[in-house]
Amino acid sequence: MSSEGERSETSDRAGSDATRENGGGGGERVSAGDGKFGRYGGQYVPEALMPAIEELTDAYERYVLNNEDGFVDEFRRRLRDFGGRPTPLQRADRLSERYDTEVYLKREDLLHGGAHKLNNALGQVLLAKYMGKERIIAETGAGQHGTATAMAAAHLGMPCEVYMGERDINRQRPNVFRMKINGSEVTPVTTGRGTLKEAISETMRDWATNVEDTHYVIGSVVGPHPFPQMVRDFQAVISEEAREQVIDQTGGLPDSVVACAGGGSNTMGAFHNFVGDDGVDLLAVEAGGSSLAVDEETGVAPNSASLSTGSEGVLHGARTKLLQDHDGQIVESHSVSSGLDYAGVGPELAHLVDEDRVTPVNVADDAAIEGFHRLSQEEGIIPALETAHAFGYLHEHHDEVGDVTIVNVSGRGDKDLDTAIEETAQRDIPNAPDMSMFEGGLR
Amino acid sequence: MTGHRSSEAIAAAFADGPAFVPYLAVGDPDYESSQAYVEALAAGGADVIELGLPFSEPIAEGPTIQNAVVRALEAGMTPTRFFEFVADLDVDVPLVCMTYYNLIYQYGDEQGPRPFVERAAEVGISGFVVPDLPAEEAGPLREACDEFGLDLVSIVAPTTGAERLKKLVDVSSGYLYVQARLGVTGASSSVSDQTGESLARLADVDLPKAVGFGISSGEQAATVVEAGADGVIVGSALVDIVAEGHANDEPTEAVADRLETKARELKQGALEGYGRRTPAPEGTSD
Repeated sequence: MSSEGERSETSDRAGSDATRENGGGGGERVSAGDGKFGRYGGQYVPEALMPAIEELTDAYERYVLNNEDGFVDEFRRRLRDFGGRPTPLQRADRLSERYDTEVYLKREDLLHGGAHKLNNALGQVLLAKYMGKERIIAETGAGQHGTATAMAAAHLGMPCEVYMGERDINRQRPNVFRMKINGSEVTPVTTGRGTLKEAISETMRDWATNVEDTHYVIGSVVGPHPFPQMVRDFQAVISEEAREQVIDQTGGLPDSVVACAGGGSNTMGAFHNFVGDDGVDLLAVEAGGSSLAVDEETGVAPNSASLSTGSEGVLHGARTKLLQDHDGQIVESHSVSSGLDYAGVGPELAHLVDEDRVTPVNVADDAAIEGFHRLSQEEGIIPALETAHAFGYLHEHHDEVGDVTIVNVSGRGDKDLDTAIEETAQRDIPNAPDMSMFEGGLR
Repeated sequence: MTGHRSSEAIAAAFADGPAFVPYLAVGDPDYESSQAYVEALAAGGADVIELGLPFSEPIAEGPTIQNAVVRALEAGMTPTRFFEFVADLDVDVPLVCMTYYNLIYQYGDEQGPRPFVERAAEVGISGFVVPDLPAEEAGPLREACDEFGLDLVSIVAPTTGAERLKKLVDVSSGYLYVQARLGVTGASSSVSDQTGESLARLADVDLPKAVGFGISSGEQAATVVEAGADGVIVGSALVDIVAEGHANDEPTEAVADRLETKARELKQGALEGYGRRTPAPEGTSD
């Protein structure tokens, strides 16, 4: 195990891309920087959105980075009282025994709404309120971000519209219902395959139309600057707590942190405060789907592993690693988990992978479903199918995670029960319970 | 002027009276028909033609052009085919390639915009419009355009303030694409009030201003030119004709004829608007 406190010199720089400027008045003011993570990041959006992005950058600097008007204090208070933070860092006794490794679970599934998504949604909706915006829009894949945004908007009294791919609506009915009962409108997106990628494009179109009074709550560490950095800052509370908790419980730092990676918000949240700790391995588990190869004929990648297999390109406002064909057309991704089913990934993660600070790994659909059942059976925690990828990885590679590992339980699996039943029934999953009782319409 | 090496063809197109600038998605609904349609627009009086190279994620487009992009991609349009298409065209007006940055960035063996721009210059493209490339990110493409003497047309939005406008003008050449209203592309039944305000703000900019977004009739074209525009850009209203022809399985010639007729109406509208302008002394911002 790494010893406590041995942080590398890059810690502070890696910890924030923001820069400190001497304001001349004696106090230091933190600026948002240029939004570049090495060769990644940037602001590739229509001109109509640029003034809104400048306005957002200014608000991010003032309220989030410099705590103007006590924004950060209010955010922390609401995360505690409304959100239920801090979430526990729980030792997983049976997994620890099974793998002969100390496994600690960061329980973001216990956050209000059942996923880490609330950290960001609450931060952005509150920021929109500080900015005087009148309307919230968001996109959602698995529905967790949409649900978190709908909850935050209801909590703070803001009208909210959520765009969601038609296919995802059918995969995630419970979350659609949750958004609607929280008072949000859910608008189906029918273009393309009707998944997260199309929902993001559609939300950007709404934003371009209503930019003057509307804030777009992007759901992950993707999009134009300042979103990747700002969303990371809101999610960094995960690793901030986990770092303190693991030191408190074990006397030192972990050997590794494991988190599933789609767009990368729970990943960056879980990694951020460990980036400067060179002895801590950071493992980003992507959806390997059914295969890592791209089907050249159909142009479909039967995976969502953009860090492992993607190439550099520009999508949805940022330069990052993407699943694309030779010409630069974005290819369709696939994952059994709709929350990971996205052809891009956050630019900071892409950079940290290039710098060899984060190791991208991946897990196939089958292993993720096994992970889903295993965590449920052995620890009494039903994980989101996204999260299940991290446990699929742990199972296959427990020899490689060191003596102490933290796995980020990014969300709970209630929303995925229908999908889990269906997907389990289609496969030969060795640790699955007998599902035959579900035949005949029990679902 | 902005000091960039520019295409003389585009400057010439805006030199005498208002320019009619139509847009079509290339390859919609198929390669051959699309060629006939572009040629019909030229025959109908186009002064510059914007050729859309389809990208899978067209975030600045409304449903009309988005659907056209899907049809074109499904029919096999690629950047390589696009360049063949342009080389094969039999038209005598300057051509502007409108596409998204990722396609420009990925073309060729090395990443970066240079190979795409070089190839575009070879086949006779005169400039680019790239909706997801704001001034902040335009440096490398601007450099490549300067190397090959092509124009980079920037989009000015109703939300663009004075400070941003300076940045935009600094990287732009050819003309400015003045977005008539907020939102995405799409035909509309009335011309936005924002158009006049936008043109007034741009009065001192020494580049032709072509207004687009929502123009679908000769009368609207007249209104926009009367308000001071140097050109009108029309996309969705033309793409609608292509879509309708495709949906009804009409022969290519019939659709091409309707496009030519529509082009004449729009060009005529622009000329009428120009005629209705109150003559103002040189240099005023009226």
